[in-house]
Amino acid sequence: METPAIQQGGIKEFRKGTDFFRILCWVASAATVATLAWILVEITRQAWPAIEKFGFGFVTGARWLPNREVFGVLPFLVGTATSSLIALVFALPLGLAVAIFLSEDFLPLPVRQVVRFTVEMLAAIPSVVYGLWGIFVVIPLVQQFGSWAMVACKDIPVLKEIFAGPAYGNSLLTASLVLALMILPTITAISRTALVAVPGTLREGAYALGSTRWEAILGVILPTAAPGIVAATILALGRAMGETMAIAMLIGNSSRLSWSLLSPAGTLAGLLANQFGEAEGLQMNSLMLAALLLVILTLFVNMAGEAVLRYTEKQTAGIR
Amino acid sequence: MDQSNTASVSSSNSVSESIPPRADFFKVCDFNFYYGKKQALYHVNMEIPARQVTAFIGPSGCGKSTLLRNFNRMNELIDGIRHEGDILLNGRSIFDKTIEVIALRRSIGMVFQKSNPFPKSIYENIVYSMRIAGVNTKSVLDETVERSLRGAALWDEAKDRLHDSALGLSGGQMQRLCIARAIANRPEVLLMDEPCSALDPIATAKVEDLIHELKKEFTIVIVTHNMQQATRCSDKTAFFYLGKLIEFDVTQKIFSNPAEKQTEDYITGRFG
Amino acid sequence: MSDTTAERTDFLARATASGSGKRSFGNKILSIVCVGLAFLTLIPLCSIIFLVLKNGLPLLSLSVFTDLPPAPGLTGGGFGNALIGTLLMVGLALVLATPFGILSAIYVNEYAPASELAKTVRFVAKLLTGIPSIIAGVFAYAVVVLATGGFSAWAGGFALAILVLPTILLTAEQALMGVPKSFREASYGLGATNFQTIWRIVLPDALPAMMTGVMLAVARAAGETAPLLFTALFSQYWIQSLKEPTASLSVLIYNFSTTFDDHQKQMAWTASLVLVVLVTLANISAQVVFRKR
Repeated sequence: METPAIQQGGIKEFRKGTDFFRILCWVASAATVATLAWILVEITRQAWPAIEKFGFGFVTGARWLPNREVFGVLPFLVGTATSSLIALVFALPLGLAVAIFLSEDFLPLPVRQVVRFTVEMLAAIPSVVYGLWGIFVVIPLVQQFGSWAMVACKDIPVLKEIFAGPAYGNSLLTASLVLALMILPTITAISRTALVAVPGTLREGAYALGSTRWEAILGVILPTAAPGIVAATILALGRAMGETMAIAMLIGNSSRLSWSLLSPAGTLAGLLANQFGEAEGLQMNSLMLAALLLVILTLFVNMAGEAVLRYTEKQTAGIR
Repeated sequence: MDQSNTASVSSSNSVSESIPPRADFFKVCDFNFYYGKKQALYHVNMEIPARQVTAFIGPSGCGKSTLLRNFNRMNELIDGIRHEGDILLNGRSIFDKTIEVIALRRSIGMVFQKSNPFPKSIYENIVYSMRIAGVNTKSVLDETVERSLRGAALWDEAKDRLHDSALGLSGGQMQRLCIARAIANRPEVLLMDEPCSALDPIATAKVEDLIHELKKEFTIVIVTHNMQQATRCSDKTAFFYLGKLIEFDVTQKIFSNPAEKQTEDYITGRFG
Repeated sequence: MSDTTAERTDFLARATASGSGKRSFGNKILSIVCVGLAFLTLIPLCSIIFLVLKNGLPLLSLSVFTDLPPAPGLTGGGFGNALIGTLLMVGLALVLATPFGILSAIYVNEYAPASELAKTVRFVAKLLTGIPSIIAGVFAYAVVVLATGGFSAWAGGFALAILVLPTILLTAEQALMGVPKSFREASYGLGATNFQTIWRIVLPDALPAMMTGVMLAVARAAGETAPLLFTALFSQYWIQSLKEPTASLSVLIYNFSTTFDDHQKQMAWTASLVLVVLVTLANISAQVVFRKR
């Protein structure tokens, strides 16, 4: 019925539609990429006066005094690094244990599914609820522990610095503990994926040579999954560094440097949450610069994590 | 039920223990096996001779691999499995309570369908079974590596790169490495589960040559879907079909003059 | 002959080798430790859920959904405006981010999967997922609040949109990858164009899985506080327009949890309960939608 001419006309019309849609998709993609650039450019632009005024001294300056227009971000950099690392120290063994528990058959599948669901729920709880919970539960606990620890450690060389009082509830330790809980799901999820991706043939091989379960886990399965676990750790570190609300509610937001885990401290993200609302002029510029530092740090950490993850995929592809 | 079987059979066996390569090295006694509700093996009875190659053939799903994996109790890694009857190894039940499954597996080497070298160096792959048993003396480990690699005809190819990753080997080399790893601990038995199915013809020929060499020292049970391979390598052949042992005899006899119609149909390619 | 017998005895000895007992014991200990640690992590979570229920339920009534937040010292009240504000800004974020996310995913997976742009988009999306949420707030403050001269629902929605864009994009890409190649080949084989294939075959098949991403985005956006603190700010009143400061559940929790007013603190718990339920529902629906596929 249809003549070739009509068919061709039809196709031409579709071609137009096709091209338009393709362009639309291209624009959306370009916009996505541009977003990241836009974020960096805009924050840099806003931070420029502070960059000009303080230069590198911004990073090394240990005092943050808004009413005297002195802005040095070192205490917050240190606080960001220490709180994240302490959180990792707690979260890594626990997260790994959960990941192994989930990928092995110690307990029947329904039990494991309950545990897995619970850990996934941990990830879904809003940061501000962690903060609220931390205020009511973790702060009193840390206060009790702190009062005991500062007395118990007062004559032990290094520990007396680390557990120096007074034991405020709002402290680096409180924030780190809650942070550990918050990054645990990240570590568990990525590590579990890495463990499950270890080919069953390797496990069989280890068992066939007379391994016990844990000899197989520690000798073969964990080493094979190691790159994935490293990636999990790095990505969790990135998350911990950027975590804002719970930290802002629990860490005490102090700009004083201290060796003590029991003292208040501050992080870059917490600083922004606390002071951004009321800042003006140079303080605003300085906060923007702090934000820029935070973005660059987290981008760097995340890129490292992604790179390791990609290496992992290549490596496991070789085993299969 | 296992217990009574074990007791009676092992006592009767102890009389005839002095004949060197005993003909009932593995003795399968009325063995039934279930995955959950599904029965995979039905009343299997057979005796596998020492220092010979026994081939298991049959269409996929016939239970040949299942039986093989019972010899070193690898099936116990699967949930919901159950067996009846018994398997005796050298006159002793492998399901006996005094036998530790990890010790049993150390005495029985296994080679899998797909080569599975650990992502470690060639050297560490071979000494893995020594290390987990707490052997860390370097001279012992070195000696084991050389002996095993020579045993698996891989020494010449691998001796200069013992500490390179095993994943850099070719497919055939990887499979021979897995054989070397399996014999490192001086097992009595080598179980091979379709060891050549992922290899090209040249690598397959090398592994088959190796099997001829290895049977001087080891009792070998090999599962294969390749009937030419069974005729080339094995002394005795067992034909399984739908979970039953249909026929078990000298390989030549099975392939030239089978007693059962089903065996004949299978080896002439009428099904499977 | 005696040689073989000796070997055989040796073999029997090995099968019941001593030393393996010690190894089995260590094995059991490690298993117990591992299971113990796994259950240890459940304690804090149970504590959170228990406290949110215990402290949140007493004030929970229909009126908290319809009333305005209580001033310090007063009782009663609710967070009706904050709930609406949260839903509104999450909605705005979806409206802004979904088209970009899905169209980018289509470009990346359907039109030019191997192109430089596609690789960059994937990489940037991964990096965007890792950007701290407060940065989205800082950025929205710079480009919306400063430009329009005030805090607004728009600014809050924009900040949330930045956060959920990578979630939507990456799940949409996964969804498209899940469409069997044979579908596309069949469509092209019948003479369909790119657009026809995507529009009639690929998208309908991928839609449920894409919805997963959208629901995950809702879950993520609804729980965020940091991006809203200085973009939407907060408001004691019902929302009148998108151009004014807007209340949200999460900011209300933050504000009320740091006051000394006991009733407001109670209200923070009740709001937490509502927020956790909201986020959990969104997460569960994301998984349910995905399972149907």
